[in-house]
Amino acid sequence: MYAQLVDTGIQHLKTLGEMTPEERVFQSKLDAEIKIESDSWMPDAYRQTLIRQISQHAHSEIVGMLPEGNWLTRAPSLQRKLQLMAKIQDEAGHGLYLYSALETLGASRDDQVAKLLSGKAKYSSIFNYPTLSWADIGAIGWLVDGAAIVNQVVLQRTSYGPYARAMVKICQEESFHQRQGYELLLTMMNQGNQAQKDMVQDAINRLWWPSLMMFGPSDEHSPNSAQSMAWKIKRQSNDELRQRFVDQTVPQLELLGCSVPDPALRWNEERRHYDFGEIQWDEFHSVLAGNGPCNEERLATRRQAHEEGRWVREAAIAHAQKMLERSR
Amino acid sequence: MLPLTLFEVFVRSKHGLSHKHVGSVQAANAAMALENARELYTRRNEGISLWVVEASAISASNPEHKESWFEPAEDKTFRHASFYKLPDGVGHM
Repeated sequence: MYAQLVDTGIQHLKTLGEMTPEERVFQSKLDAEIKIESDSWMPDAYRQTLIRQISQHAHSEIVGMLPEGNWLTRAPSLQRKLQLMAKIQDEAGHGLYLYSALETLGASRDDQVAKLLSGKAKYSSIFNYPTLSWADIGAIGWLVDGAAIVNQVVLQRTSYGPYARAMVKICQEESFHQRQGYELLLTMMNQGNQAQKDMVQDAINRLWWPSLMMFGPSDEHSPNSAQSMAWKIKRQSNDELRQRFVDQTVPQLELLGCSVPDPALRWNEERRHYDFGEIQWDEFHSVLAGNGPCNEERLATRRQAHEEGRWVREAAIAHAQKMLERSR
Repeated sequence: MLPLTLFEVFVRSKHGLSHKHVGSVQAANAAMALENARELYTRRNEGISLWVVEASAISASNPEHKESWFEPAEDKTFRHASFYKLPDGVGHM
């Protein structure tokens, strides 16, 4: 998930009897699957939770461009370079759709971006891992975008209309990302030499566990999930989504002829699902807290881009003012 | 921060439909908003025409009036063709 730890600020889930009349009307809309729109009444905690979640999601899209940008100038062919640029541009677009949804809640885009740049806002832990070889670009498209799709497909049914609609558009574009990543890896496995095949396996070894971490803490350690589910911001639990991702990914892994670094991974005939090992939660919390291998580098790059782009924003404003004066 | 303006974006798809709201962009003026909207909302043949409108220029109905404004239409089923029962012999009408 692109928003892995979203605090609802709620300790106790209210029963219908404890709700105010406005809250009851709100909850009955949710129960009837009526979308909440920007002009609907909503509890302040619902609004704040959405602002936190959508901003984390948006920041993840923006920071998510950086690990891939690292390989743009080293793409092995012009075709691969064009594909990668198109994918990165999509990620920027996804960030902007989400900031746009965020603004419908009365949040300021500038404030949220400032929180990202100051290091206060969270974004997905996955983007704090380095991209060490070209195969990482394929593994990101396949695994990271694959995990994002599992999460975002469900979010198309989230209760807040502008967020749900942004998800529809994002999901349409994500499937290109996943396919280009998988096809890239297939090409390396089918046509590559041994060193190139080893690169693919190495990329999967490094990115497998961080991809599973994208879905957030396990259900028993996810204190905010109950309220998010009651509000229908969240529609399925972290563990359910993680299981779905594993189930759909393992056959693709086998087709590639690769493996994952998990000796516990095996098909469970009784459950009709794959069993898999325990995630290293210390690592998850450490990366999310800012201590991953690339946290500092990612934020430094964002700050630099923001500063170096300042003149463009100022020039746009100056140009607009000049045009306005000339037209008078 | 700089005073960029929020514009709502509307796209007309290829299929002869009306412009439809798709989201918003920030820009310094309408011309730049159109360029931003083109980059953001029409990268995959989504449309053949774009409108941008300053968000502050849109007047919207009051959500508190939703019932008094829109519910009266619900009991006027005689405004729909299906209200009128015709004998089979009439055929398609």
